[in-house]
Amino acid sequence: MIYDVAIIGSGVTGASAAWHLSHKECKAALIEKECDCGFGVSKANSGIVHGGFHHPVSSLKAKLEVASIKRFPQLQKELHFPFNKCGIIVAAFSEEELETCKKLFEQGVANGVDNLEWCSAEKLYQLEKKLAPGAIGGFLAPDGGTVEPYSYNFALVESAKKNGVDIFFDAPVEKGEYKNGLWHISIAGSSEKICAKSVVNAAGLYADEISRKFNAEEYKITPRKGEEYLLSKTSPARPDHVLFPVPVKHSKGVLVIPTAGGTTMIGPTAEVIDDKSDDATTANNFNRIISQVKQMVNGISPRDVITSFSGSRPVLESEDFYIDLSKKVPAFIHAAGIQSPGLTASPAVGEYIVSLLEKSGFIFPEKTSPRIPIAERFYAASSSMEQLSSLYEKNAQWTTMVCRCENISEAEIAEAVKKGHCTMDGIKFYTRSTMGRCQGGFCAAKIMRILSKESNIPMEKLTKKGRKSYLLAGKLGDLQVKGLSK
Amino acid sequence: MINCIYRDVAVIGAGAAGLFAGAETAAANLSTMIIDREKFTGGILNQCIHNGFGLHCFKKELTGPEFAAEAELLAKEAGAEFRLDTTVKKIIRQQDGTFQLELLSGTYGVTLLGCRAIILAAGCRERNRGNLAIPGNRPAGVWSAGTAQKLLNSDGVLPGKKVVIVGSGDIGLIMARRLSWCGAEVPAVIEILPRPSGLVRNIAQCLEDFNIPLLLSHTVTKIAGKDHVEFLECAPLKEGKADLSKVLRFECDAVLFSVGLVPSVELIESLGAEIDPVTNGAVTDSNGETTIPGIFCAGNVLHVHDLVDFVAEEASETGKAVVKKLSGTAPAPCNSTIAGKNLRYASPHKFACGDEIHFRFRPTICADKAILTAKSGEKIVSSWKLNFVNPAEMIQIAFTPENCTELLFELEEI
Repeated sequence: MIYDVAIIGSGVTGASAAWHLSHKECKAALIEKECDCGFGVSKANSGIVHGGFHHPVSSLKAKLEVASIKRFPQLQKELHFPFNKCGIIVAAFSEEELETCKKLFEQGVANGVDNLEWCSAEKLYQLEKKLAPGAIGGFLAPDGGTVEPYSYNFALVESAKKNGVDIFFDAPVEKGEYKNGLWHISIAGSSEKICAKSVVNAAGLYADEISRKFNAEEYKITPRKGEEYLLSKTSPARPDHVLFPVPVKHSKGVLVIPTAGGTTMIGPTAEVIDDKSDDATTANNFNRIISQVKQMVNGISPRDVITSFSGSRPVLESEDFYIDLSKKVPAFIHAAGIQSPGLTASPAVGEYIVSLLEKSGFIFPEKTSPRIPIAERFYAASSSMEQLSSLYEKNAQWTTMVCRCENISEAEIAEAVKKGHCTMDGIKFYTRSTMGRCQGGFCAAKIMRILSKESNIPMEKLTKKGRKSYLLAGKLGDLQVKGLSK
Repeated sequence: MINCIYRDVAVIGAGAAGLFAGAETAAANLSTMIIDREKFTGGILNQCIHNGFGLHCFKKELTGPEFAAEAELLAKEAGAEFRLDTTVKKIIRQQDGTFQLELLSGTYGVTLLGCRAIILAAGCRERNRGNLAIPGNRPAGVWSAGTAQKLLNSDGVLPGKKVVIVGSGDIGLIMARRLSWCGAEVPAVIEILPRPSGLVRNIAQCLEDFNIPLLLSHTVTKIAGKDHVEFLECAPLKEGKADLSKVLRFECDAVLFSVGLVPSVELIESLGAEIDPVTNGAVTDSNGETTIPGIFCAGNVLHVHDLVDFVAEEASETGKAVVKKLSGTAPAPCNSTIAGKNLRYASPHKFACGDEIHFRFRPTICADKAILTAKSGEKIVSSWKLNFVNPAEMIQIAFTPENCTELLFELEEI
């Protein structure tokens, strides 16, 4: 098989490129080093559809961000991922902040966002009951909101796959060689190569390493880590809008986010680190985030924290996205430095990548056959008793509840496994199981049993996130007991 | 098809508390349905395969599953009906003061259950790593102790071969022994407090007998590992903070957390039941009734008990109170209980005079000898001499208050 395009990396950038290509007469491959898609930068971020005002007019990221914002409602209809167009509020708490806030507002207008609304303090408090005292002004970006980033990512890949894109998981790219008009891509642990006429480098934190492996441009991706903390669904701090402070250098600041899943997220920090795989959280940052968001929102309590995580932004020195054809090697497109607002901009980023391929001489006509849709998803948590009753008539798994905190049924877990999410993290990101208060305390063992049954993987071989992340150390009776002869 | 049914009493949870409470209401000829999400009764008792249960209630030493079987028999013989493999999705409060429960079940499908009273006996969940914001990576091999217990005892699989336990709660201590019996190594149990959180007998039987070190006043500073846990680091506390000059590292392939339990009050919290910020359980009166009339709580969902026998006793009292309440003969408890000096909390929050009330307390001090006093205003109404008081053990007293609107309980070392 010779592919027209091989995309390296299945985060939102690669997934969006694959999804756009799946609309065209084009044979594409999506190559991922992890066991599931979006397990890198795309799984651990704030999940925000931004408002288009944070970045300067001259930047590529501002252009692609603004081009994408208004597409989310339509994408949601097609791809069925949770999206809450709740709007974004930026609030200033001092005269100095108000000045910066005004500049931000003007920047948004200059970027072409047509519905930003400047708000007096009175208006802010009218819009947002949870805003802490002391705000003196700010603005509202009504098209912004929150998405469930993994659901969005999964849906893009599922739709791309249904419409002809081949997906390769557990496939770390080792090397790319251009011979006779084709890229020959070696995969670690495999003797067969993937051959493609063109390559898209959407490798997130590792885009610099991939570029080097293909002899393309030299650049350095610096991980800038952000820690986030999740508050229980019962937290009284959950605002109606995404709340931003007035930003500081290199970061949009610590925000309060009413997630699409119903929890409240606070964060992120912004810290330059050396290790790209560092996903640790620290006590100091936790305390800092709590004290910062308390100044912005009422009702924040460390007691409501249900979990924490961290993710790293892939940052280039320019701070902008670098999406361009290589000037050094043929048919190679960089999509690097896709940090915030990478999720927001992803619809236009994918499209932009396709346009660059076309610019380099490829011709991909639109498909004439009708597109195969992905099925709408049912959620036991949000279904009525009548709906659940008719679902039960077809399949009793729908009324067998597994995750008590998030009300996830066995049917949803089985569906995740059928769609290829065969790790605990994959099931978690697909279904939201174990994301609630008990963090899997009650349901982890049940989910493992269902996963094992549905996938035919023995319990001892199940993993948290692929590779060697085995959940268990073996069976009872495997170990020699001291003082007893076996 | 949605089934609509009606019972006098719905008991949510078929663990020790639900079975004992339901036995009382059923015995009084109130139609009683005991609901549990599992396919069997007994709740967490089923994974507690060690012995030491039942000495108070059944006058014999039983394992967890044996205790559950005895309690199930008790409820069954009293005439209670079981609805297993069933989850209560939501409770709806009707205008006439009755309730409707939305039940989901793989066996029975969708059912709407109407009832006059609800006894919430849903137990606790474990506080976990995420709740504590413990620093470090996110590898596989980090479990709460109860989840590990379930995996080992119910599923027959090993959570790890070299396991560090964080927190000296009873489940963690019991797991230290259980893992040692399986041939796994437990390099250390780490406790942030200067004293153990679990029962004295468990420290002796689960740690000392197996030479497992207990590091008191130590806090976890890091859990490390890319795919799987590789090591855990902890440090002694110095003026409330980790002393990073004295970090200890333990190589391990699993970390278990036994850092406390939190009552599972979600179903009634969303209805507006008042929650006590200290116990995290509902505010209740001496009938076990919450601030929502008709909803009662019993067992660990009310406050965390040390022994299942005490759960059973408390649940029986609540069951009896529900019977009185539904027949209109229950007293109206309107006097307040206040937890004073050296007491973390006092249960119940409200009581009625003239009836014998079981008061339960959690002390904050350790003392060989102590005196508990009940004061009404300046006047000492009653006092009790206690031996070996410590925070790991609940204090229980039975007493009939007379002519008082408020009782202040205080504990002093003597």
